[in-house]
Amino acid sequence: MAYEPVIGVEVHAQLQTNTKLFCGCPTSFGLPPNTQVCPTCLGLPGSLPVLNQRAVEMAVRTGLALHCEIALTNQFSRKNYFYPDLPKGYQISQYDLPICGPGWLDIAVNGERKRVRIRRAHLEEDAGKNVHDVQVEGSGVDLNRAGTPLLEIVTEPDLHSSDEVDAYLKTLRDLLVYLEVCDGNMEQGSFRCEPNVSLRLRGQDILGTKVELKNINSFRFAKDALDFEISRQAEVLTDGGTIRQETRLWDVQKGQTAVMRSKEEAHDYRYFPDPDLLPLTVETEWIEALRHTIPELPAARLKRFVKDFHLPEYDAKILTDSKSLADYFESCVKHFPHPKTVSNWVMGELLREFNATGATPESSPVSPERLVQLLQLVETGTVSLKVARDLFPEFYASGKDPDQLVKEKGLIQVSDEGILGKMIEEVLAQHPAQVEQYRAGKETVVSFLVGQVMKASQGKANPGKVNALLKRRLTS
Amino acid sequence: MSLFKLTLQELQEKFTCGEVSAVEIARSYLLRLNQVEPKIKAYITLTPKDALLQQAKTIDDGLRAWRKTQPLMAMPLGIKDNICTEGIRTTCGSRMLENFVPPYDASVMGGLRTHQPLILGKTNLDEFAMGSSTEHSAFGPSRNPWNQKYIPGGSSGGSAAAVAADECVAALGSDTGGSIRQPAACCGVVGFKPTYGRVSRYGLIAFASSLDQIGPITKTVTDAAILLNAIAGFDPMDSTSANREVPDFTKSVKKKDVKKLVVGVPREYFSEGLDPEVSESVQAAIQVLQELGGKIQEVTLPSTERAIATYYLLATAEASSNLARYDGVKYGFRAKESRELAEMYRSTRSQGFGPEVKRRIMLGTYALSAGYYEAYYGKAQAVRTLIRRDFDAVFKDVDLLVSPVMPTPAFQLGERLDDPLQMYLSDIYTIPASLSGLPAISVPCGFSAMGLPIGLQLVGRPFEESTVLRAAYAYEQATNWRTKRPVIRS
Repeated sequence: MAYEPVIGVEVHAQLQTNTKLFCGCPTSFGLPPNTQVCPTCLGLPGSLPVLNQRAVEMAVRTGLALHCEIALTNQFSRKNYFYPDLPKGYQISQYDLPICGPGWLDIAVNGERKRVRIRRAHLEEDAGKNVHDVQVEGSGVDLNRAGTPLLEIVTEPDLHSSDEVDAYLKTLRDLLVYLEVCDGNMEQGSFRCEPNVSLRLRGQDILGTKVELKNINSFRFAKDALDFEISRQAEVLTDGGTIRQETRLWDVQKGQTAVMRSKEEAHDYRYFPDPDLLPLTVETEWIEALRHTIPELPAARLKRFVKDFHLPEYDAKILTDSKSLADYFESCVKHFPHPKTVSNWVMGELLREFNATGATPESSPVSPERLVQLLQLVETGTVSLKVARDLFPEFYASGKDPDQLVKEKGLIQVSDEGILGKMIEEVLAQHPAQVEQYRAGKETVVSFLVGQVMKASQGKANPGKVNALLKRRLTS
Repeated sequence: MSLFKLTLQELQEKFTCGEVSAVEIARSYLLRLNQVEPKIKAYITLTPKDALLQQAKTIDDGLRAWRKTQPLMAMPLGIKDNICTEGIRTTCGSRMLENFVPPYDASVMGGLRTHQPLILGKTNLDEFAMGSSTEHSAFGPSRNPWNQKYIPGGSSGGSAAAVAADECVAALGSDTGGSIRQPAACCGVVGFKPTYGRVSRYGLIAFASSLDQIGPITKTVTDAAILLNAIAGFDPMDSTSANREVPDFTKSVKKKDVKKLVVGVPREYFSEGLDPEVSESVQAAIQVLQELGGKIQEVTLPSTERAIATYYLLATAEASSNLARYDGVKYGFRAKESRELAEMYRSTRSQGFGPEVKRRIMLGTYALSAGYYEAYYGKAQAVRTLIRRDFDAVFKDVDLLVSPVMPTPAFQLGERLDDPLQMYLSDIYTIPASLSGLPAISVPCGFSAMGLPIGLQLVGRPFEESTVLRAAYAYEQATNWRTKRPVIRS
């Protein structure tokens, strides 16, 4: 294709504070409409905003993790527009003096590293929600969400494909979750993205006219919407047309974007400094103190997993994608210092159960300690690997102590040479032909005989032991 | 004896020593209100008689068991109707909030209520405090107790008229560009705008947030100090409120001289447009201050002439945003029979707001619009800084500034209603202190030939309310303007 897409992304991340950005109301969701509200977030006459310090901390920590310059003086401004879900008729946001200035985030796309420049990140309050299906007549407004803190993170137009955007969004999401500032849930709207895209002839420097995309609430939609929009613009340009500056909505059903509003219809937000809030000044010492609270971030953790645990990069990537899974893994390794074995179990059996049940490391019925107990049973030969694997679904679902579980089910591996010797004698007696073959020099037949012993023991015989005993018996 | 004629300090003494009961005070004021209120129209909402007497009885009953009084206990107060009062309708002088009953108290009310005062009612104001005459109230104008053909000033005209007409012993007003001082001057009472940040704005319905400040309107300077004591102080609910020590202001109203104080007379406040009668009264007052030991010094505040333009850009810009919440969605007035959202907004705001409010919303919206912001709002902010610097510079040399409050005495009802620019000029001497957030008081300093009061303005350094009060008190005690009361003919 002769055209190169140029993409910038705005992400609205909902900060995980207990209370709203400018009042003491809880940020909890799913409660009856207009129950998590007070004069301030209802926009009652005379009410005033007071800034939530925790939200500022989260913004600064995110800024530091994104290598942003933190503004020592920043300001809240009012963004003025009318909408029923906006109780004051303006949104308190940041405009010309955001809390986080330029920074960057490294992403990996198809194994290649790429640096995405962050333009800024700023704090703002969320709006409420218009509700159209609860009232017999007219619409309702639910202001429970109004005033919830958001951090808007804006990139430079450094991305050039939907794959790059996908990688950026996932990397950013993981970072925010690692920082414990955002739960990263796109479907529930706590991590929202609005990409803007323009096309230019490959090799050119001038930017084309950009189109903003809205209504994207999954990583899949982001990719689909961008792919659609890129080909739409390419078609228009190839046909000699021009792109209009506009905002387009992604329509999931139709799988296409449609005009929401053109540039001419764009609001004049009449931003001006909010006179109810003094300029926010932050101390350098405070910023440095916050820097120490930043945990090890995904990229660094991945490197450490490869280096310290000698894990393949593939394993390390999967394990460090989520902080909680990485924590789970490390917790196991602490008690059971065989990282690759732990990795195999976590990435195999455990993730399979998570995917099937929608569980997370936090909600897992099997704690790291329990999992380690099971691995120790295999390690000490108390149960066979096969038995442990077969047992896993029940072990996971019940959350029971594995020692007890294998006892209850009588699954303890048999290693006693006397018992095994008896079983072997019986099998040999039943299979004289195979014994003859072995003695004639066909040594491979021993695995058949091992299999027969295992079968006879209902899988409980220690296969290594059986193998050794059989060979000894046949060659004697 | 008519209790309603007493000052706050006098009434307080009588109540504290047990000479009068809260019920007697309430009865006296109910009688007064009955006689005078139909002529003055100081109030938008009056506390019902029974409720007031019940309040008074509760106070008296409590005292019998527990003889401990607070400075404002049983004191009958008027509250400007832009200060939110829990359970009492708060209209802001607007159709928009005609039936709005706040579910919460403004922080100043919370503070006052711990004193157990008698809240007589909510006083009239220009709609959303935008005006200088109360003529922009949706509920009709209040009258000047000295002459009912004249305006009481505004926007706290109801509070000033109520105090002057003995319809309350003291009142709260709010001042954005002169809305406490100008009506106090018009009605011959004391009005004090504290330093911006001294009194919490939480629950004061915003007009221009960077300028609005609540303050007392009283019969005497001492009364102003008593009331200010009850409302001043840091409030964590107001991010612009000042977290600093609050002195006992009543200690500033003891000395009857201004020895060692340097009093600046800004040249720009005595130029063209100043009524000769006002000029004469103010000059005489300056003479008195000199006799009381003040060192009089002429100073210059060169940016003064730009203050009105600056104010009308900044205040309207803030107002255009502050008043956006009155959209008919959540509370207040909603126009009937709108078919779609834009129409609901349009009709609600067209019908709910009066002409002056609409004029200012449009002005402010324009000043903030893309392409005009820098030229208007941006420029005005820059000039505001210059005006502040003027004050910073003169306050290096002087302790106080003295000037007229208003270029003329009160004008007649209707006289300037069709000429907004003339109306705006009545705030020309009060606006600069507002833009600079300075404490400023208006004290009576004479009468015009028509018998209308004239006010003297004293402006101090930020958070030096005590100095302002001290000088105002010394001046008040050296003259006897306060002893002259309006006669309201039946």
